[in-house]
Amino acid sequence: MMRSLSITPEKCTGCLQCEMACSYENEGVFNPAKSRIKVFMFEHEGRHVPYTCTQCADAWCKNACPTEAIQINAATGAKEINQGLCVGCKVCTIACPFGTVNYNQATGKVIKCDLCGGDPACAKACPTQAITFVDADWTGYDKMRSWAQRTDTQTTAQA
Amino acid sequence: MGWHKKVLRVNLSNGSCQAEPLNMEWAAEYLGQRGLATKYLIEEIDARVDPLSPENKLIFATGPLTGTMASTSGRYSVITKGALTGAIACSNSGGYFGAELKFAGWDMIIFEGRAAAPVYLYIKDDSVELLPADDLWGKSVWETDELLHSRHQDPQLRVSAIGQSGEQGVLYACVVNDLHRAAGRSGVGTVMGSKNLKAIAVRGTKGVTVKDPARFMRAVAEKKQILAENAVTGQGLPTYGTQVLMNVINEVGALPTKNAADVQFDGASKISGEAMHEPRGKSNKPNLVTNQACFGCTIACGRISKVDQDHYTVVNRPEYWGASGGLEYEAAWALGAATGVDDLEALTFANFVCNEQGFDPITFGSTMGAAMELYRMGLISKEETGGVALDFGSAEALTTMAELVGRGEGFGKVLGLGSKRMCEKYGHPELSMTVKGQEFPAYDPRGIQGMGLTYATSNRGACHLRSYTVASEILGIPEKTDPLATEGKAGLVKAFQDATAAVDSTGLCLFTTFAWSLDDFQPQVDAACDGEWSLERLSELGERIWNMERQFNMAAGFTGKDDTLPQRLLKDAAKTGPAKGKVNGLDQMLPEYYQLRGWDEGGTPTRETLSRLGL
Amino acid sequence: MRYAIIGPGPTGVVAAETLRAQDPDAEIDLYGDEPEPAYSRMAIPYLLAGDIEESGTYLRHKPGHFEAIGVRHIRDAVTRVDSAGRQLTLASGATAGYDKLLIATGSRPVKPPVEGLNQPFIHHCWTLEDARLIAQEAHEGTRVVLLGAGFIGSIIMEALVRRKVKLTVVERGDRMVPRMMDQVSGNLIKQWCISRGVEVQTSTTINAVKPDPTGSARYLLATDHGDLAADLVVVAAGIRPTIDFLEGSGVAIRNGVRVNEYLESSVPGIYAAGDVCEGLDWNTGHHAIHAIQPVAVEMARLAALNMTGTKALYTGSLAMNVLDTLGLIAASYGQWEGVDGGDSAELLDAPEYRYIKLQFDGDCLVGAITLGLTQHVGVLRGLIQSRVRLGDWKLRLMQDPSRIMEAYLACTQ
Repeated sequence: MMRSLSITPEKCTGCLQCEMACSYENEGVFNPAKSRIKVFMFEHEGRHVPYTCTQCADAWCKNACPTEAIQINAATGAKEINQGLCVGCKVCTIACPFGTVNYNQATGKVIKCDLCGGDPACAKACPTQAITFVDADWTGYDKMRSWAQRTDTQTTAQA
Repeated sequence: MGWHKKVLRVNLSNGSCQAEPLNMEWAAEYLGQRGLATKYLIEEIDARVDPLSPENKLIFATGPLTGTMASTSGRYSVITKGALTGAIACSNSGGYFGAELKFAGWDMIIFEGRAAAPVYLYIKDDSVELLPADDLWGKSVWETDELLHSRHQDPQLRVSAIGQSGEQGVLYACVVNDLHRAAGRSGVGTVMGSKNLKAIAVRGTKGVTVKDPARFMRAVAEKKQILAENAVTGQGLPTYGTQVLMNVINEVGALPTKNAADVQFDGASKISGEAMHEPRGKSNKPNLVTNQACFGCTIACGRISKVDQDHYTVVNRPEYWGASGGLEYEAAWALGAATGVDDLEALTFANFVCNEQGFDPITFGSTMGAAMELYRMGLISKEETGGVALDFGSAEALTTMAELVGRGEGFGKVLGLGSKRMCEKYGHPELSMTVKGQEFPAYDPRGIQGMGLTYATSNRGACHLRSYTVASEILGIPEKTDPLATEGKAGLVKAFQDATAAVDSTGLCLFTTFAWSLDDFQPQVDAACDGEWSLERLSELGERIWNMERQFNMAAGFTGKDDTLPQRLLKDAAKTGPAKGKVNGLDQMLPEYYQLRGWDEGGTPTRETLSRLGL
Repeated sequence: MRYAIIGPGPTGVVAAETLRAQDPDAEIDLYGDEPEPAYSRMAIPYLLAGDIEESGTYLRHKPGHFEAIGVRHIRDAVTRVDSAGRQLTLASGATAGYDKLLIATGSRPVKPPVEGLNQPFIHHCWTLEDARLIAQEAHEGTRVVLLGAGFIGSIIMEALVRRKVKLTVVERGDRMVPRMMDQVSGNLIKQWCISRGVEVQTSTTINAVKPDPTGSARYLLATDHGDLAADLVVVAAGIRPTIDFLEGSGVAIRNGVRVNEYLESSVPGIYAAGDVCEGLDWNTGHHAIHAIQPVAVEMARLAALNMTGTKALYTGSLAMNVLDTLGLIAASYGQWEGVDGGDSAELLDAPEYRYIKLQFDGDCLVGAITLGLTQHVGVLRGLIQSRVRLGDWKLRLMQDPSRIMEAYLACTQ
């Protein structure tokens, strides 16, 4: 069963353990600036919203890539950046309507969530289960996906 | 490792910003944050300087674990000679600023001198600039935060700033970061204001590394588990915050009430953590919106509250309708019990104003309590207060005066002196509930005896965060002691003081000590930091720091005679509750304490003690 | 069924693959006039900079990919389309039939009417061969004049600077990247380039390229502000759709190949996609060319579906682009010039080269420009293309336009 990240903002306290876990897993350093997951703070509402790639079916990033550098991991379903093929053109960063592919100026390439190969560090580090890794059918991703669909793209395919 | 081994030295007088290597010999002796920055301060300033003169320095210091994955790693401290006390000042804050400073590659910032005109410091990793702050001067912390975020187009920017109170010389101004986390006590914000330094805005993208990442990750995971499973850190604090204590401390008869005339407050339950959960007003929603963590914290005791939109304080002021930092126990006590005000919404509003304009609610509330007593005695008149009746229990007096202190206007100027100077001004110094010029917080030493010794000997003036014996005397952590007994408290206070000094030097939060002892810090520090960090070394480091701070104070002119309490606590017995008939038995604890410390009868560390500690 | 696709760029390749997936038995011919494997022009700046090998520009990295999926990659140019006879004439003189045709020829660089441009050491930077020629000549100290500071001119500056040439950029417009950036941002990019040691002359026209009589340089370029010495000239003065071979085909053309909502041209059975195609602008409802990869591949996929009989509606594309000029990153979306009666908000930090401008129509975002923003830029697309009603957040964005990510989350999560 394919699994995906499920995010419940109501449970998030804003501790950013997820950001540190992500940067440690991916960059070997505690550095939220390099995290693939970001927690957004809504001070006036007292809300904290963790946010990362939904691994959406549309894969805007993948379609936008001119060098075949974004590939789908068959085991996890994650859209992964092949750092060897990425030239850093950044077209995926403007194509992803969720803003979850970001350019890393230090390496000249882009970064995005790859589900840590199937065992996401953010979910393990979250102290309040605001981020969990669950069977894809169960996730609240449908909500995000519905927004994906509303990103009224160029296209509506009719069979 | 842990440290970046880099200090930023900012000379405000000539505008220079220089990087210099962290003194690693000192780091080996003092670890970081509180200990290490105090060492720098002591080495660099004459303890006799006027705190508000350019000769005083102001240090923002992180610890080696700040910005790591250890739980509660968001801490930093502001170290200086305190404006309120003239003693060593070291105020600790959470939020996100400290970790961000670390991510920018800096262990600490040392500010020297005084800028000719208002400035703020903008740090983006290695790029450091002093920029004009003329347009920020006169703005609140909240406005400053917003302006800097938009000016630098960076929602991730973290800002630490003073409000108008700090500019106006209110002697207990804070440094506030992330809108409502504060390095709160002793007037560190006043020192910042005296230097014409409005704010520090920092963005860091370099991150933090540790010595042995694999071992560190194992250690922090194990210790986080302990916090999660502990009743206080796993349930009590996330649910009620520190406000879990309001009803408890009132029950045990240790809630200083109406300028410490009483030890129990009738209105305690109305301003308690439980009350913050009660639906209220037209919205039928509670005061508490959510809990919030500081950076890295798996406890999340922070309160985020909203003032009821129909409350008189905000009814026509939508700028106060949003959620913001709500009442912590000390603030709820000071703004509430110390003044006799039991209006939770008024307290929340006053607390917002403290954050917005950057001043310490503990000192403010206690000073309000003293002013109310002076008013009742007819010594303060309505003419002076601008027509406001400073009656005990008056929410309107509280909130009106909070706003005046915030702007440093009208009678706010008098209240802005703190209770010691204010009570002296009106000829009744005994009405000031202070030690070494600083107001004591929310635990009455008649009901919790160890806190009397804690306050009397605290190096930064009366304070609960130097040895929180409440943990033992009330909560039974690490073991239960009798709050009404004085026996054994000298040893307890010393042990807590030393351990706390070590914890405050790591970059982690003292609140973990409800669940952790130094044994739990040790493997995290050892895996993160260069060198070997044994438990013995950490304990000794704590004691070394304590004695060093003491030396600073003695050089600044304090003596053993200042290790005392307000007469009210020593002479006027508690009228109600379990401590009824009791005063604080400081005289029974202090001599033993000096002896355990290796200090002479006058409270001066002996040569042997100093040399044993390498001082 | 026999499909012909003209143009082996991203559009042609995605279309070929989609056709194959839809119709396992069809014949698929992919025509291209360059002697290269199918490659991405967008990768050329990185090749020129030495970041990648030529193989890094290839659209498909698996050897024998096209043979394996039964696509014939024919390296020959199509010179004529006989739409009545459904036949193509090739440069080699051969002819080839088709049942359905996709025009995916993209565009080619414009050579401005400047005297003396047809000389050696004057190149476009468009093809792999152009890149090889430039790489041969662009060395430390070479005096290079870049004619045009549009998107392509700007994006290859990094490579030229890294080759340590002495670079001068000449742009006819009053700012850099005038078709993508407004006055403020275009001039900030100019300042940025100057601060990085590049000479930039805007509002300047080159009138003629002549040999340097003193022999110290290869050429002297006569501009309206004096002469410029150059050893190498790179011409990046714009592009236009490659459509000349369609003359006489009956395919309707305005700026590019006009298509309907199914990406079919005026001639039934002939489709167009990608940079050559003038499709519907999602924002304005008018026809426009949006020459960018994501649009191209989306069109390619839909055109291929329609060619195989699966009706796939094309609802229009959003103009967007991202540009890296010597490390300064700029993006633009949609109607960045604003709409009648719409509000706009901007935030400028000139010393830090940061800028953001938002354009609203009512409480919806319809266009944006950013400079120096690398995080979460894509939400601008999300906000625009989802037509998110911003409500209260419009006012907050008017006060601080940098809070776009918060606005997006607050309005959608």
